[in-house]
Amino acid sequence: MPGDMSLHSIDYSIIALYFVFVLGIGWALKRFMKTSLDFFESGRSLPAWITALAFISANLGAQEVIGMAASGAKYGIMTAHFYWVGAIPAMIFVGVFMMPFYYGSKAHSVPEYLRLRFDEKTRALNALSFAVMTVFSSGISMYVMGRLFQLLLGWDINVSIIVSAVVVLVYILLGGLTSSIYNEVVQFFLIVFGFVPLVFLGVMGAGGWSGIQSRLATVATEAGFAPGAWTESWRHMGTASANPMGIEWFGMVAGLGFVMSFGYWCTDFLVIQRAMAARSMNAAQRTPILAAIPKLMMPFIVILPGMVALAVLPAAAFQFNGHTDYNMVMPLMLQKFYPSGLLGLGLTALLASFMSGMAGNVTAFNTVWTYDIYKPYLKSDGDDAHYMKIGRQATVFGTILSVATAYVAMNFGNINDLLQLVFSFINAPLFATFLLGMFWARSTANGAFWGLLGGILACAAHYLLTGVGAAGAGTLHAYPSDMARNFWGAIYSWTTCFVVTIGVSLVTKPRAAAELKGLVYSMTPKIREEGLAWYKRPALLAVLVGAVTLAINIYFW
Amino acid sequence: MLLDLRFPMGLLFSVLGALLAGYGVISDPTVYQASLGINVNLWAGLAMLLFGIAMLAGGWKAMAGGRSKK
Repeated sequence: MPGDMSLHSIDYSIIALYFVFVLGIGWALKRFMKTSLDFFESGRSLPAWITALAFISANLGAQEVIGMAASGAKYGIMTAHFYWVGAIPAMIFVGVFMMPFYYGSKAHSVPEYLRLRFDEKTRALNALSFAVMTVFSSGISMYVMGRLFQLLLGWDINVSIIVSAVVVLVYILLGGLTSSIYNEVVQFFLIVFGFVPLVFLGVMGAGGWSGIQSRLATVATEAGFAPGAWTESWRHMGTASANPMGIEWFGMVAGLGFVMSFGYWCTDFLVIQRAMAARSMNAAQRTPILAAIPKLMMPFIVILPGMVALAVLPAAAFQFNGHTDYNMVMPLMLQKFYPSGLLGLGLTALLASFMSGMAGNVTAFNTVWTYDIYKPYLKSDGDDAHYMKIGRQATVFGTILSVATAYVAMNFGNINDLLQLVFSFINAPLFATFLLGMFWARSTANGAFWGLLGGILACAAHYLLTGVGAAGAGTLHAYPSDMARNFWGAIYSWTTCFVVTIGVSLVTKPRAAAELKGLVYSMTPKIREEGLAWYKRPALLAVLVGAVTLAINIYFW
Repeated sequence: MLLDLRFPMGLLFSVLGALLAGYGVISDPTVYQASLGINVNLWAGLAMLLFGIAMLAGGWKAMAGGRSKK
C-alpha cells in the first residue's frame, strides 16, 4: 500500500529540525567536537555511565529496530533470544573476562590485533571480509530506507533505492560523520522516545499481553504449531519442527548464543572502543555490564511491536513483490497508532539512524579499502594526495556496491535473516581465531590464516549445499527457516576454523613467548582493584544482571 | 576540550519536546483516534522536554562544579 502514510507539516518540521540541528550545530561546534578517534585517544577520562551509553548507542541502529520487529512478526518471541541468550550473556562475558585483556592490550582494532598477533596475510583476509560486511550492511540500510520512501511518498522501489544512495553520498560529503558519537547517543534517545509510546499503544490496542497471546495463538495454530509458539520462548524448542524459527535448543544456544553473539560482542571493536575511553579498568569492565541493563529491555521496544503487528494488522500488510515480507512492520505500526507529530519523531529516528549507519559503513569501507588493502598490497609508494583520491573513489565505489547488495536484500522478506547470514560468514570464524589467538599461545600465523579461510569456505559450502523449506528440496538438508540455516552455518564455520587453526598450528612453528606480551591472555598483566563498593564490582554486577536475565527467560518460558 | 554531550543533546530534546507538546495542545483532538484517544504528542513532548532540561541542568552543574574546583 504505497503512499498511504500521509505526513503533515508538523512531521516535516520535526524531520527538518533534526537534520538542520545535527548538521548545523555539528558545523558550528566543529572546534569542540572531536572526531571519534580523538575522543578515544584523548585520554581515558570518562565515567562508566557515559561509556555504557556510548557502548549501547554504537550498537543500536535502525537495522535493529526494523530487523528485530520483522523477526518478531516472523518468528515470534523466540527472537528475544538474540538478547536473552545472545547479547546479554555475551556482554557480561566481555565485561568480566575480555575487558581486562583489551584495556591492557596493545591492540585497538581487529586488523591491528591480527597483524600483531599473527601476520599480514591474516590481516588482509580479515580486511577483505570486513569490506564485504560493510557493503552488505550499508546495502541493507539503503534497501530499507528505499522501502520507507516508497511507503511514505509512493515512489517506485528502484527510484527509492537510488535516492537513498544519493542521500548517503550527500550526507558523507556534508561531513555527517564528524561527530559520530554525539549522533549515536542522540539517535539512541530518539529511538527510545520515538518507539516507547508505540509499545504502550500497541499493547493496549491488542488487549494487553493476554490479548496478544490469544490473537497469536490463532496465528500459530493456523500455521500448524502449538498455540503458544509465538508467545513462549523456550517451550517449543524440543524439536526444530515445533517452532516458527525451525531450530532446536542446541542450535539456538550454540549457534546464536555462543558462536554468533559472543563472536559479535567480542570482536566488534567499533563497540568495544567505546569502553576503552573509560577512566579506569574498573569503569571499562562495568561499561558492557551496565549497557546490558537497557539492552535487556530492548526486546520490549523492538520485538514486541512486531508481534503486536501480527495480531492487529491485516495479512495483506505483509506482502511485497508477491512474497511475504515483514520489513515494513515497524513503519506500518507507526502509521496505525501514531498521530502526526509523534509520527514525524518516529520516522526521524529511523531516517537519522539509517543515514548515519550507512555513512558509517561506507566510510569504513573507504578506510579499509584504502589503508588495509590498497596501500599495503597494491601501491605502497603513493603520496597523501593519491590516497585521498583513492579514498574518495572508494566512497563512490562502495556506494555503488551497496546499491547492488540492496537488490540482494530485496530477496529477503526479513533483513535480519540476511544480516545474520553475513555475520555467520564473517564473525563466526573470526571468533574462533580470536579465542585461540588470545588464550592459546601455541596458535601460529599460518594456523590462523588457514583456519579463518577454512571457516569462511565451510560457511559458503554449507550455504550452497543446503536450502530452506520447499525451495530446499533436493539439497543436502532443507532447514525450516533462514535463521535456522544461519545458526547452523555459524556452528560449522566456527568449528572448522577452530579445528583447522589447531591442526595447522601444531605442525607450524610458534612465535617466541616474549613477542606475545600484551597479545595473549596469559602474558598480559592484569590490573586489580580491591575494596570497591558493591555497585562498582564487575563480577557482582554481572551476577545481578545474569539473574534478572534468567528470571525473564523463565517468566516467558 | 570535548564539549559536554549534555548541552547539544539537552538543547535538541528541549526544542523537539516543546514543539511536540505545543502541537499536542493546539491540535484537533480527532487526530488522536489512531492513538486510542490519548494525546501522545503532549505526553511524549513533555517527557522529551523534561529530559532535555535535565540534561542541560546536569551539564550546567558539572560545568559550574568543574570551575569552582579550579
